[in-house]
Amino acid sequence: MQIEVLAIGLPLLGAIIAGLFGRSITDRGAQFITCLFMIVAALISMKIFRDVAILGNDSVTIELFKWISSGTLDVAWSLRFDALSAVMLFVVNVVSASVHIYSVGYMSHDKCKARFMSYLSLFTFAMLMLVTSDNLLQLFFGWEGVGLASYLLIGFWNHKPSANKAAIKAFIVNRVGDFGLALGIMTIFVIFGSIQFDAIFSAAGDASNASFLFLGYEFHALSLACGLLFIGAMGKSAQLGLHTWLPDAMEGPTPVSALIHAATMVTAGVFLVARMSPLFEYAPMVQMAVTVVGALTALIAATIAVTQFDIKRVIAYSTMSQLGYMFFALGVSAYGAAMFHLFTHAFFKALLFLGAGSVIHAMSDEQDMRKMGGIWKKIPMTYIMMWIGNLALAGLPWFAGYYSKDLILEAAFADHSWFGEFAFWCGITAAFLTAFYSWRLLFMTFHGKSRADDKVIAHIHESPLVMQIPLAALATGALFAGVAFAPYFIGEHRIDFWQNSLFVLEHNDTIEAAHHAPSWVAQMPVFVAIIGIFLAYILYVVAKTIPTHIAKIFSPIHSLFFNKWYFDEIYDALIVRPLIALGRVFWKRGDEGVIDPLGPDGVSATVNVSSKTVGRMETGYIYHYAFAMLIGVVALLTLYLFKFYW
Amino acid sequence: MIDLQTFNIIPVMPEIIMALMGMVLLIFAVSQGNKSYRIVSWYVVLTCITVGAILLRFPQGVSITFGGMFVTEPFAVFMKLLVLAGASLVLLMSITYMQREKIARFEYPILILFSTLGMMVMLSANDLISLYMGLELQSLPLYVLAAFNRDNLKSSEAGLKYFVLGALSSGLLLYGCSMVYGFAGTTNFIGLAEVFALEATPVAGVVVGLVFILVGLLFKISAVPFHMWSPDVYEGAPSSVTAFFAVVPKIAAIGLLIRVSMSAFGGIAEQWQQVLMLVAMGSMIVGSMAAIVQTNIKRLMAYSSIGHMGYALIGLTAASSAGVQGLLVYMMIYMFTTAGVFAIILLMVRKNMQVETIDDLAGLAQYKPLMALCMAVLMFSMAGIPPLAGFFGKLFVFQAAMAEGMYTLAIVGVLTSVIAAYYYLRIIKVMYFDSATEQLDNVEDSGSNFVMRASAFFAVVFITIAWPIVEAIHYAVDSLLFL
Repeated sequence: MQIEVLAIGLPLLGAIIAGLFGRSITDRGAQFITCLFMIVAALISMKIFRDVAILGNDSVTIELFKWISSGTLDVAWSLRFDALSAVMLFVVNVVSASVHIYSVGYMSHDKCKARFMSYLSLFTFAMLMLVTSDNLLQLFFGWEGVGLASYLLIGFWNHKPSANKAAIKAFIVNRVGDFGLALGIMTIFVIFGSIQFDAIFSAAGDASNASFLFLGYEFHALSLACGLLFIGAMGKSAQLGLHTWLPDAMEGPTPVSALIHAATMVTAGVFLVARMSPLFEYAPMVQMAVTVVGALTALIAATIAVTQFDIKRVIAYSTMSQLGYMFFALGVSAYGAAMFHLFTHAFFKALLFLGAGSVIHAMSDEQDMRKMGGIWKKIPMTYIMMWIGNLALAGLPWFAGYYSKDLILEAAFADHSWFGEFAFWCGITAAFLTAFYSWRLLFMTFHGKSRADDKVIAHIHESPLVMQIPLAALATGALFAGVAFAPYFIGEHRIDFWQNSLFVLEHNDTIEAAHHAPSWVAQMPVFVAIIGIFLAYILYVVAKTIPTHIAKIFSPIHSLFFNKWYFDEIYDALIVRPLIALGRVFWKRGDEGVIDPLGPDGVSATVNVSSKTVGRMETGYIYHYAFAMLIGVVALLTLYLFKFYW
Repeated sequence: MIDLQTFNIIPVMPEIIMALMGMVLLIFAVSQGNKSYRIVSWYVVLTCITVGAILLRFPQGVSITFGGMFVTEPFAVFMKLLVLAGASLVLLMSITYMQREKIARFEYPILILFSTLGMMVMLSANDLISLYMGLELQSLPLYVLAAFNRDNLKSSEAGLKYFVLGALSSGLLLYGCSMVYGFAGTTNFIGLAEVFALEATPVAGVVVGLVFILVGLLFKISAVPFHMWSPDVYEGAPSSVTAFFAVVPKIAAIGLLIRVSMSAFGGIAEQWQQVLMLVAMGSMIVGSMAAIVQTNIKRLMAYSSIGHMGYALIGLTAASSAGVQGLLVYMMIYMFTTAGVFAIILLMVRKNMQVETIDDLAGLAQYKPLMALCMAVLMFSMAGIPPLAGFFGKLFVFQAAMAEGMYTLAIVGVLTSVIAAYYYLRIIKVMYFDSATEQLDNVEDSGSNFVMRASAFFAVVFITIAWPIVEAIHYAVDSLLFL
């Protein structure tokens, strides 16, 4: 048993121990065990990251045991460690370990600590299975596993109806994407006869012109497969159309938001597309769709974030917007850039969420920024952390986000296609908005006069050490992850770094092209970010009355943004209500009207009636009984003789 | 001419001992009067055990005596052991019961003994004549037993009904015997088997006779449509007698049915398979349907046993070695679990009165957890829930039917056992989830308590002892089929 297996096994073990034996080992024990296991797992994944990715050793695949062997379908539980999964392992385990430790402090007032820790570890395990899989089925297992863990954690405070609703919504919206993914996997099996990555990838080039017949229509096979996979990715990564669950998921405890809905799970879609890059490279139509959807997501999410007042929702929309960046980077074949942004984003977004959690913790569970303000002196540590996180998010030079975001925009520009250009301008606008809403958040939360009531203010306190240490660890990442790893992910070492785990056709190498983009393209994002910050300073520190005026003057646009472009309302009217009406018809007319009377109710009524009939034959008169016997004899004889002389 | 084989009385020794014991006990009891009831009962139990022990030491292999009228082989020994065990169990649980009911007369154990003797003769019958003799010897005491509580109207009615219908069935049987003799020219089973081995298609008359014989035997196991007597008789007769009816004669009649159809008429199996199949289906359907509306637990058990006979007949209908083995496993399990259920019925006493509706069991689990648990185990076993004994009985007969391609029969069997599960589970529901109105008395009756516990224990541990039992049955069946 190689030590690498522990990086995946320990979280599962922790989840089992804390989940099943939480009572006997007490909350403390459960917290200790899960945190310890996660730290060990994080250290091991650092080692894997160093060995496989940085030092460029060969990738390894460890087969644990056979799972399914049926016909031509052969699937094993196995762990594949190449550069791509090493990056994901590093991100998932480091962020997860930080969140585990942070949760010890954050959840100190909760009753079900062991259950919470168990879910966190379970989630981590599922995510690790997803990223280390070497076939699509195990990936699907991990995919569903994180969906389940996400459901459990969003609805963790199941005494709140809103949390339950959000959990169900997240689950159902994700099902739509999962359906696409499942169909995609089946399509791939039909095309390639295998769901093993190596087998698929080596055959991808030959299959580039294959077609797929369905109901008499002919599809370009790889486009169909990639399109379906992308629908799956859209669901998990909250891309426009299937994004409505992500903001609502903020009903979960804040550490959950940080781990699942910012740093790790939502990046599963990005990972999937990067993993399947050998297929996407042969499906240019899908690449175009990915780019457009990503660009729109980046822009629209940013416009919504500008108008929101709930501190966590602002960050949630910011997450969605950043995922949009990653997707259009994938769309223009800049897979390395997307993965690099995923990597840096994980640190600073987790930092922001945990910082927000620290604020919420300090403000006695208040999340509305309108009721905050002027608290920076009371919680200076958190304040500094939020600054670092926002600087990285806005992509100011030398912070982590600067390296990744800049490159994404340059790559989009360098793609020299209409959708690359489109994505570039969407991205620039979103970058401006990002800087604006980030500092709006900072100014509203920490500066100005306090708008909270006295009781809350008296209670404001800095978070305990156990919450500050993970913040510091993540802040380190937000500060240095960009500058330290840029050469490996996107710079001169990138060929050795990624080895074969990413695949780019030669003429599509936009990262190479990005390095030759004009200099104004590189400077543009920083320039708009500084304008955004400056504007936020004017509107929220100098002239605080202006924002309300602006909102009034542009009220149609403002309410469009404020109401999240009415996505929920449109879905409600177009999909949810018709479906409920249809369901009601099936229930009342179909189930209660047809199946019940013919099925369960009908059968039991028939049995009852016949039971009474048979019972009534028992008259008690002896001549009836004798008669029945003789009839029986005659019947049997007739039957026999009939048969005999036939 | 003195033929050694004709006068070989070794194979008949158990029956002779039993007959002698019966007469001795009768003389003893007449001289002592009803105060000797308990001691006579215990002597009968002892006799059964002794005879059983002798049977166990019996030489292996087939021995035929009385000019071919009487046969013993491991099959007969096995069936006789079952009958003796059943009779002992019923006596054990009824000794105290009869006294509670104030009908403890010495004739009771002695009648049981003679009836048991008749069954043993039936099981060894190798000729239509000895068949009839055994059958009548077991039936006559049963008529008396049904009416044993002669001051009770229902009991007398039960006895009379059973007698009249029993006479009718005997008439049919005798008519069948004469037909068979007339067309085949012999009454001996071996002779019949030889006749049918020669003729591929028998004359119609023989088969008409066979149908009549089968009807006479099917009446004894209360298979549909010859079942009508059993609910009335079960309800009217004293409960201990009902227990005897439900358990013991059925074993003997099934044993005889196996011998007649498999060995005497085995050559023309196709002719009687059809008949038995219809009867089996009818029994399963009536047994499961009619029981649902019953409120009296004895009546319910009557329908339950009609259903069980249906399942058992599946094994015989298959007409294969596996089928007969399954049938024997089924009968053995049926005997032990039914005895346990009746032990519980005998323990249902409230204010010194026997009660017998299902609602009287309400809330039993709260104040008599052990009794409720035993009942629940037995009900689950009868419904055929794994891993209890009843499941294996059903499994084996269904398997045998499937192996012979009788899918209809197996499907009907599965469906009706689903329906039957309803009334078994209802009893459990009443015991565990309904609240008690009035509690049942604590009855001093170690016999019934023992049978109840032993039976439930058997149902639970059968899975661990199934293998040697199945082996023994395999051996017994082989001895019959390769005569």
